[in-house]
Amino acid sequence: MRRTFELEDLDCANCALKVENGIKKLEGVRDASVSFIRQSMTIEPEEGVDLDELMNRVKKLCRRIEPDMVIKA
Amino acid sequence: MTRKQKKNLIRIIVSAVLFAGALAVRHFASLPWWAELIAFLPAYLTVGYDVLIKAARGVAHGQVFDESFLMGIATVGAFVIGEYPEAAAVMLFYQVGELFQSVAVGRSRKSITALMDIRPDHANVIRDGGEIEVSPEEVAVGETIIIRAGERVPLDGVIVEGNASLNTSALTGESLPREALPGENVMSGAVNVGGVIKLRTTSAYENSTVARILELVESASSRKARSENFITRFARWYTPAVVISAVLLGVIPPLFFGGEWADWIHRALIFLVVSCPCALVISVPLSFFCGMGGASKKGILVKGSSYIEALSRTRTVVFDKTGTLTKGSFSVSAIHANGMSEAELLDIAALAESYSNHPIAESIVRAHGGHIEPARVSGVSEKAGLGIEALIDGQKVYAGNLRLMESLGLTPSCSHGCSCDSGTCVHVAFEGRYCGHIMISDEMKPGSREAVSRLREEGVGTVMLTGDTESAAAPIAAAVGVDSFRSGLLPEDKVSIVETMLGDESARKLAFVGDGINDAPVLSRADVGIAMGALGSDAAIEAADVVLTDDDPLKIPLAIRISKKTMRIVRQNIAFALGVKLLVLLLGALGFANMWIAVFADVGVAVLAILNAVRAMRAA
Repeated sequence: MRRTFELEDLDCANCALKVENGIKKLEGVRDASVSFIRQSMTIEPEEGVDLDELMNRVKKLCRRIEPDMVIKA
Repeated sequence: MTRKQKKNLIRIIVSAVLFAGALAVRHFASLPWWAELIAFLPAYLTVGYDVLIKAARGVAHGQVFDESFLMGIATVGAFVIGEYPEAAAVMLFYQVGELFQSVAVGRSRKSITALMDIRPDHANVIRDGGEIEVSPEEVAVGETIIIRAGERVPLDGVIVEGNASLNTSALTGESLPREALPGENVMSGAVNVGGVIKLRTTSAYENSTVARILELVESASSRKARSENFITRFARWYTPAVVISAVLLGVIPPLFFGGEWADWIHRALIFLVVSCPCALVISVPLSFFCGMGGASKKGILVKGSSYIEALSRTRTVVFDKTGTLTKGSFSVSAIHANGMSEAELLDIAALAESYSNHPIAESIVRAHGGHIEPARVSGVSEKAGLGIEALIDGQKVYAGNLRLMESLGLTPSCSHGCSCDSGTCVHVAFEGRYCGHIMISDEMKPGSREAVSRLREEGVGTVMLTGDTESAAAPIAAAVGVDSFRSGLLPEDKVSIVETMLGDESARKLAFVGDGINDAPVLSRADVGIAMGALGSDAAIEAADVVLTDDDPLKIPLAIRISKKTMRIVRQNIAFALGVKLLVLLLGALGFANMWIAVFADVGVAVLAILNAVRAMRAA
């Protein structure tokens, strides 16, 4: 099941790319895309992955790459 | 402007004032280096402190090629080599550019999302005799909802009461409001511009037209075009490459060739300023996004930027005739009477067929147009697979196909030389005598001919596929003007024909247009599968790459034109941004560029490329 999140204060397109590439490499993620233009993030987890736990790892990754960015539910 | 943008604007203004002050002081008094440093530092820090903080945080997390870090290094470097005004100015202009960029992107995002905003926020449902407002998700199938003037239709349904003028421009691009009457189906997402209607809902929200369109549009970004992926890959090596060249440029000439340290480091700093690929990374996806937004405004939903690219390279469009070039509904195309007038023949046929609801019978009744007196008809019986038998004014009438005539021992003859062996011909026998036939053909859509000729103007060839016999297909192919046609095809033949055509060349793309009924395998097999007016069919939406919300064939050349325009803008942006950056790198290395030019090459180019990208939204 694909999940989409709104983002706030994602300031640069290059950072969006980096976040996208970072999330794609996370375990349990089948596919991900981060759109600077839409200010949104779409994550497609693999079957049976604990979504809350995955989102925690995603948030941690985002804090490291783009600290200003906020993920809204 | 958002709060963050406003705050940045204020910082920029304050810093600009401080900067002007520092310049004035330096102009009137010659200061020692430390006094000059103190004069310019406030302007620099006001506007750049967040960049420095971000840079420091980035380094702590191992993000060396971060934009903030590069700007930080470039400006701090300029301070170190004593270029105080330049350092402050570069940071100032960088922030001006960033602000401009963020406002421009925000604007275009807003105008596109407004364009695509068809999400209904509430539904007025009638429950227990009263009317309550709930969210569309909570309405069940079969409930009754009220839509007043100015409201958006929240769910698909059938009008049970009232009539209204509906604006479907957000769905189909059709700008004229449509009059909707009781008994008609209404698509969710349409806006009621006049009147009050009650609808009985026919779908839950998640299956409604609106939900389908939104799902399509929102998942669009996942299929990226080659040029978009190229930019991603390019950005990954561009920045490191430029930064490494900057280091080499700053170190090698002074170390080995006796160059001036300050001069070469200055040149290296210029490299750092130009090293961010932002102009490309923003403008290319934005161009695609605007192109897709502009297309969806016209009722053309493209599933991803890769299909914009494929559409722009389309050289052949294959039409599945029924439902794309023709309406899929029948009409009388010719009346060939034998021993009576054409009007008499049509009159008899219409009377005989008036009790049938077969599409062919309906087309004859429609062609008759006048009043049909039911009292004249009696004893109607339908002979399955053959036709109809009836008594008209007490006389036996047979209307049906060739087999029916043969069973009566009659031999149809035609002075017009038409071959009435296909099922699209109704023969009539009256008083035991053969008295002619009525030719029925699938009606051509009004825009078909123009669509094909516009495709030709774009250099695109057209092919028509149909299951009809050759004698039925040829006149339609000629009337529409397609380059070639194939008739008598079974659905699986269509797949194999498209597959052989695909085999030719990879640079030339093939688009297949179907009405979404029974053609999902071909839609998914073609380079670009275009489903027409197919919002009702899940299989078609799943299989197609482009979904047209209505069934106007003119949308196909329009989609190709929009995609070509979008690709042109993408190429302009890539060429412009790369060209300027490489030029500035070259001038910088040779010592002809200063940091001002470098800042322009960074943010100025980005802003110009963004403004260019937005043009893609205004459909061709």
